Amino acid sequence: MSRKFTPKVVTANDLLVGDVVYLTATNEWTRDHAKAELIEDEAHAQLRLLEGAGQKNIIVGAYLADARLGENGPEPVHFREVFRTRGPSNYAMGKQVGELPGPRS
Amino acid sequence: MYSYSDFDEAFVRSRVAQFSQQVSRRIDGSLTEDEFKPLRLMNGLYLQLHAYMLRVAIPYGTLSSRQMHQLAHIARTWDKGYGHFTTRQNIQYNWPVLGDVPAILSALADVEMHAIQTSGNCVRNVTSDHFAGAAADEIEDPRPYAELLRQWSTDHPEFQFLPRKFKIAITGSPNDRAVTKAHDIGLRMLRNAKGEIGFEVMVGGGLGRTPMIGQVVRDFLPVADLLPYTEAVLSVYNRLGRRDNKYKARIKITVHETGLEEIRRLVEERFAEIRPDFHGHDQVLLDDIRAAFAPPAFRNAPTDAHDQFYAADPVYRAWCDTNLTRHRNSEYAIVTISLKAQGKTPGDATADQMDLMADLAARLGHDELRISHEQNVILPHVHKSDLPALHAALSAAGLGTANVGLISDIIACPGMDYCALATARSIPVAQDIALRFDELKLEHEIGPLKLKISGCINACGHHHVGHIGILGLDRAGVENYQITLGGDGTETAVIGERAGPGFAYDEIVPAIERLVQAYLSLRTEETETFLQTYRRLGLPPFKAALYPAEGAQDAK
Repeated sequence: MSRKFTPKVVTANDLLVGDVVYLTATNEWTRDHAKAELIEDEAHAQLRLLEGAGQKNIIVGAYLADARLGENGPEPVHFREVFRTRGPSNYAMGKQVGELPGPRS
Repeated sequence: MYSYSDFDEAFVRSRVAQFSQQVSRRIDGSLTEDEFKPLRLMNGLYLQLHAYMLRVAIPYGTLSSRQMHQLAHIARTWDKGYGHFTTRQNIQYNWPVLGDVPAILSALADVEMHAIQTSGNCVRNVTSDHFAGAAADEIEDPRPYAELLRQWSTDHPEFQFLPRKFKIAITGSPNDRAVTKAHDIGLRMLRNAKGEIGFEVMVGGGLGRTPMIGQVVRDFLPVADLLPYTEAVLSVYNRLGRRDNKYKARIKITVHETGLEEIRRLVEERFAEIRPDFHGHDQVLLDDIRAAFAPPAFRNAPTDAHDQFYAADPVYRAWCDTNLTRHRNSEYAIVTISLKAQGKTPGDATADQMDLMADLAARLGHDELRISHEQNVILPHVHKSDLPALHAALSAAGLGTANVGLISDIIACPGMDYCALATARSIPVAQDIALRFDELKLEHEIGPLKLKISGCINACGHHHVGHIGILGLDRAGVENYQITLGGDGTETAVIGERAGPGFAYDEIVPAIERLVQAYLSLRTEETETFLQTYRRLGLPPFKAALYPAEGAQDAK
């Protein structure tokens, strides 16, 4: 018997800038995990992954990542995905300070 | 230092132009990611966890002050003001945006640098002893040979699509500071009975998933045979290497599966076949390269300033005791600048720090800098009378840490703070260990101890050859850290022994503390190092310290 499906989000990296993005229910890419579409059905997840990965000139490397519903929207489950919502732990850089890759402004 | 020939210059510029157009075509959609990815990897551009990452080669770890200034300029202009020096004598920029990469490569080309062959299944940056050309124990400067290998391997048509990546390290000293035994090919310079210089050639070393120590395939290779013999090794590997399984594709597996004797026979056979095609042009080239590595004009001056400061200033004395190495010229010293200030990220330097080190190299160090595989910066030629001024300038910029070779001089890969392959974080573990032992004021008492941390099985942090190695893994969705003990990356190389079950993130620092406290109580005298104590007693007493009887330490 196959394992029970756990909820997912579609995530990738932005082609031009490189930072982490998530697919929303309206087919846009958000930099905020909480605004991602939480996908609770396996067939729908595969479809959404195809639709996301199809946006080849916007994003790179789309995949499904485990997520669960939190207070403000979907939250990551695995620590790797938690780090992707924040940035590195050695410097206040990246998403945790609302900063994109590239030079500091 | 070696300067680009017209050929080098034209080649690097044309690659920058090609890649600039490839980036444009990717951005306008005429190249797909599947088409673009191999092209960007050939130019050192990775896509990591939070951003792109550009890996720039520092051939045999040698930089001029002009080049170091340019690395600082790049960090400031197109990145977030810092760079990360790696265990392969590269620098990595962690935050470039795609559209800026052509400008960065162009800025690198302006100072005779590039990111070519820092990724992909080709011959990577040839690494060398970071004290080359300065060390008192050296037979000959190995860098001309490294440069010859660089020129030969760059864009070599036969070796652009090897079964897997290929790493060559070369040392000119009997004391191996280049970890040659953990490379696909390790070259160790020696003299034969007639006093001629040649190489001991080792093949099939490597860390990663299946760590192995390189085996001697040729006891003595005359220097004139370096290129044809290396080509023979590559050629045999190119034919026999496993392309069916990525995890069995490195030459260490080829050597293991084929057997050393058979590999040796095949290499010698191929060597005999291709040797006649080398008519001596490579040796003419080598002579030109050698001339470029002529030692600087050493100054002759009193060293009293150093002696007086050494006697009077305990902070300066501590720094001299750990961070200086004997130079072949007795009035000079080799200075290791620690990029391991306790609590900071191992191997990181800010743009301002890079500029300062470049200025100091220009002013006090015959314009030369080195990057070590241990992620520090070296000024190889500093007159002893200049050391007090140098130390003062470094200390004012947070670069005066006196810890080279001690427990806080940790090698750490970027781990899951940056790397897409990582299974756990390395950097914060390194930071916490360094801070803890600094707080205990124990590290000088502990003495020489190499602690190395990798955030995944690929072992970029060389954990297998650390006296204490730490490997970060993902165990059921939680970070877990395994400890190996007794590893050694020198001429007496040994792969460390796994101590037992892993530790959770918040258990790893206390575990290391128990281990080191055990060493302090077990050593026969202060001069017996951690590694010597481990070799004398073996794993059991250390294991007992790591896993006290009551309470399982395994982070399940």
